[in-house]
Amino acid sequence: MSRDWRWLLGILAIQYIGVFWLTFAYWPIAMATVKLVTGWMACAALGITQINISQHPVRETAWPHSWLFRILAAAIVAVASLAIAVRASAWLGMNLSTTWGSILLMGMGLLYLGVTAQPLRIVTGLLTLLAGFEILYAAVENSALVAALLAVVNLGLALGGAYVISAQEKGETA
Amino acid sequence: MSAPIIWIVFPAVAAALMLLLLREERATAIIGCILCACLALLAWGLSIDTAYAIGATSFKISPSLDILGRRLSLTMADQPLLVLIYISTAVWFLGSVFINLARRLVPLGLAITSVLVASLAVEPFLYAALLIEMAVLLSIPMLITQGQPPGRGVLRFLIFQTLAMPFILFSGWLLAGIEANPGNLALVQSAGILLGLGFAFLLAIFPFYTWFPLLVEDVPPFIAGFILWTFPTAALLFLTSFLERYSWMRTSSAMISVLVAAGILMIAIGGILAAFQRYLGRILAYGMLMETGFSLLALGLNSFSGVSLFFALFLPRLLSLTTWSFALTIIQKKSTSLKFSEVKGLGRIYPFASIGVGLATLSLVGLPMLAGFPIRQALVETVAQQFPSLILWIFLGSLGLTVAAMRTLAVFFMTPAGTPWERNETGQQSVLLFIEWGLLVLLGLFPQWVVLLTDRIPVMFQHLGQ
Repeated sequence: MSRDWRWLLGILAIQYIGVFWLTFAYWPIAMATVKLVTGWMACAALGITQINISQHPVRETAWPHSWLFRILAAAIVAVASLAIAVRASAWLGMNLSTTWGSILLMGMGLLYLGVTAQPLRIVTGLLTLLAGFEILYAAVENSALVAALLAVVNLGLALGGAYVISAQEKGETA
Repeated sequence: MSAPIIWIVFPAVAAALMLLLLREERATAIIGCILCACLALLAWGLSIDTAYAIGATSFKISPSLDILGRRLSLTMADQPLLVLIYISTAVWFLGSVFINLARRLVPLGLAITSVLVASLAVEPFLYAALLIEMAVLLSIPMLITQGQPPGRGVLRFLIFQTLAMPFILFSGWLLAGIEANPGNLALVQSAGILLGLGFAFLLAIFPFYTWFPLLVEDVPPFIAGFILWTFPTAALLFLTSFLERYSWMRTSSAMISVLVAAGILMIAIGGILAAFQRYLGRILAYGMLMETGFSLLALGLNSFSGVSLFFALFLPRLLSLTTWSFALTIIQKKSTSLKFSEVKGLGRIYPFASIGVGLATLSLVGLPMLAGFPIRQALVETVAQQFPSLILWIFLGSLGLTVAAMRTLAVFFMTPAGTPWERNETGQQSVLLFIEWGLLVLLGLFPQWVVLLTDRIPVMFQHLGQ
């Protein structure tokens, strides 16, 4: 929810520790570590791109600027995801903490995508949404190929995002 | 040697080498074009899993390649589709050379094609969702013009295509549960909703179609045309794989109703919205939206003729879309924008391109004597027999696109009396456009040529339509 990219990517990196922890319940540590390493690499790629561009004040038009609104929206997503998780965990046969963690991340990712038009935030939102999905999917699918393809997708998303951000920067400075 | 190495790994490696080593537009396009033509010829002439002898040595192309415990598999049944895929890619690459877009389109276009072929070959087929997402990510550099901020269309394309993947993967897991427990209606309902959402994102079905018109405004029309051809086609083939794999799905009346309803919705909305546009690129986008609708409608017929028509639609669509987007790119270089106010009177300055736009649009409308007509006519006749009440909506959609075509032609040739005719297309552009006009007319007169290329494709989907 932070508008400073350093905080944003820092929180994203911490989020991947949580993803690793929740995935570890279903996958061997070697495969679960892939999620952590990939997530951090994605954060690093986005961070390096941000360091190398000049800093403009973020012009976000769609997102209400009030802290109160942001906290309220996040709280609504948290409560709604808990309500869904209670039913979903019983249905999927997974524990509540994993299910809630997954659905919460997906909800937050969707919320973020709905209120931003900035490439960095869009990529962060997509990475968060995918992180949530990956926790849930790890419980039902443990193929090495899927883990590898999901890692490639995460890295590709970060690199694609970095490319878009740098193109935007060139466009603004031109 | 295995088939996936020839048709997936080799083009991917070639794409990487072209991206790194080639800097010259013409060389990039020619190499890409020849490579794709050779791959199409190999798919046409070679037989997978058949022994060949050259002198004393013999070899056989094995159908599969194992990767990380899973398999990429291309069989003889897939070969007609490989021919179509690589011929269509060669056609796109050929066009790119005459409008200086080869460096931007060819290497990444080849990489995208190889990843999408991998999505057809991967087993379990569900992982295709991941590969389609990888192809989407590969397309991002192609869609960004250096020095310009990314448009909303590009970002929305990325978001919607990425959102599709989780829905489809998770629905696949639920579908596996349904196979084990077919009586669980709650599971069927959940899987259906998730799958529907996934494909709605992937195929840009209403209301997730907004990236279509936005994308055409953000990037050169030829690049947008390539994207609007490649990704909906891959998504349609993926949907076909789902229907082929799950018998309960293709026999479910609810699924057939959903396919038909989605198809009709896209035809009607695409056509009606096209009629009101004042931007040439957006008309192209809505025309392509209608085309996806016709493909869904053909699948929804749930008969062998429907499946044959589904594949027969591809070739006229390819021809119309390449002509349309190629001509628009030529016009855009002159007028900078494709708004009606900017292109007024350009028909006398760019006659080949303007007539190309008109013919391509009218071909998609299904005007007699043009490539789109015979297949469209057969499809509409079949729909009229099975769902007579839906004809009105198809008529409305087609009428909308016809109005858009008439408005486009009127704007192109709206000039003061006595304005002289000029030809500002280059010689090569004119020749290519002339060939495309000719093909649009010839395929309208000899539709059996379309069938010649596509009639073997349904073999890979043995259960569909039975």
